[in-house]
Amino acid sequence: MDTSPQPPAKAPQNATALLNVRDVTLRYKTPEQIVTATWRVSFDVREGDRFVLLGPSGCGKSTLLKAVGGFIEPAEGKIMLRGQPVLRPGPDRMMVFQEFDQLLPWKTVLANVAFPLIAAGRAKRAEAYERARVYVEKVGLARATDAYPHTLSGGMKQRVAIARAMAMKPDILLMDEPYAALDALTRRRMQEELLGLWDDIGFTTLFVTHSIEEAIIVGSRILVLSPHPGQVMAELDASTFDHRHLGGADFQSLHRRIHTMLFADSAVADAEVTHE
Amino acid sequence: MSESYYTGRRATPRPEILRKPLQASEIGAPVQEKLPLALRLADQSWARRLLVIACVSLLWEINARVINNTLLFPTFIETTIALFRAIADGVLLERVATSFRILAMGYGAGMLAAAILTGLAAGSRIGADILSTLTAMFNPLPAIALLPLALLWFGLGTGSIVFVVVHSVLWAVALNTHVGFRSVPDAQRMAGQNYGLRGLRYVCLILVPAALPSILSGLKIGWAFAWRTLIAAELVFGVSSGAGGLGWFIFERRNALETADVFAGLMTVILIGLFVESVIFRAVENRTVIRWGMQR
Repeated sequence: MDTSPQPPAKAPQNATALLNVRDVTLRYKTPEQIVTATWRVSFDVREGDRFVLLGPSGCGKSTLLKAVGGFIEPAEGKIMLRGQPVLRPGPDRMMVFQEFDQLLPWKTVLANVAFPLIAAGRAKRAEAYERARVYVEKVGLARATDAYPHTLSGGMKQRVAIARAMAMKPDILLMDEPYAALDALTRRRMQEELLGLWDDIGFTTLFVTHSIEEAIIVGSRILVLSPHPGQVMAELDASTFDHRHLGGADFQSLHRRIHTMLFADSAVADAEVTHE
Repeated sequence: MSESYYTGRRATPRPEILRKPLQASEIGAPVQEKLPLALRLADQSWARRLLVIACVSLLWEINARVINNTLLFPTFIETTIALFRAIADGVLLERVATSFRILAMGYGAGMLAAAILTGLAAGSRIGADILSTLTAMFNPLPAIALLPLALLWFGLGTGSIVFVVVHSVLWAVALNTHVGFRSVPDAQRMAGQNYGLRGLRYVCLILVPAALPSILSGLKIGWAFAWRTLIAAELVFGVSSGAGGLGWFIFERRNALETADVFAGLMTVILIGLFVESVIFRAVENRTVIRWGMQR
């Protein structure tokens, strides 16, 4: 592994990439001003990657994910999925949100997983329910298929959301801090389960987090973003780490490296911002 | 933070405690117990509401007996007898049927208009502005105040009453539905768009069920307004084409100084209101928003 800061992925890799993000600048409007969330961010996600967007709050990582999801139009730059520009939300990029209320409360667990398959015209009713059942079992909720979301715990809701997204077999799974609102023990188990599912099914994911530890455990590739506005600081490889390496020396040194990157020069500025 | 929070103090070491928890079967006390009948009844809302109605009836009966003037204030029992007599000779049911026919037309047309308006409002910003402006203008206007105008436009007949009923339903339902649409959580909206849902399918499959608690409360308010407006309009306006409604029944019996019948007519209004609210709407809520955990 190279220790000197490297420029992120270069152009020639385009050919094999599933998702190209090229010089994307994102701006959003508040009633008073126009805020630049990210500034000319570029990266490539390849098939099978667990690609993590990591950065402090205010680095535009969630905005970036929503842009890939097609919910926000870039002010500048291009987002291409399999060579096609991303123009609007679509079922080829299923999202898992942080919020527990992302499930449709009027549908049971099974119906929630089956609904997008039917709504997007991917499967007939019977087939959709059959496939939904497989994925609900994969996330370990076989006993809760007929429960309504309000009867589930936060962790179970997120499992349903993940099953729902995976059942669609999207080109890329977009996960927006899916475990941020969970308690630490549940979060740990869910991270392990996600890695298990990746071994089992083999999906591609773009995963947003603000936890360095989660990034190293979950990610195979980590894009480190700077705050205000988000710019790429590094793209690191973390494909060799999972929970078993948590206390290890390599893990610790990568953790420290990222920590230094994120906080070394911005510690003072950050403190000022939070006290405002 | 390098300094200990409790500066100047040190924790003294104490021995560890390790215990083995009992299995549920080993615990002596019963884990589940059936509640006594009185407590189970007290948990049922219909039982509590029935108690309230019984108390009100009792107070009425006592009060009427104290006043002791059948012409001004008949007792509960006299009213009940009058009610059954009116039902038995078929007049009351006929009147109720007439009222319901007009109500169904007005309520249905009002809901349809509200659906179109809120559908437009959900789709565009200018649609939302049109809806909120119209609602702010017309919602405070009492429907019954439009009756003279309606008589001028539609003449003496069903048309005029339907018009004022539509007015009373439309704004309440539209306002509540619109508020409901706006309070749908972002994550649910984005999930729906993520599935590729757009336009009418998005409104029907995502917004309507997600906003159902508000929509139902709008329909309830609309129902009460419509019923109220209808009875009032019939009172003012009397009979048309030979078949009067419940309001006409009340008016007619007052002219004949049959006060017990007037009370029976009012009681019918109340009973129908109670039935629609606590049986029909309640059943819909139980099967939808309560089952889904969106409302308690």
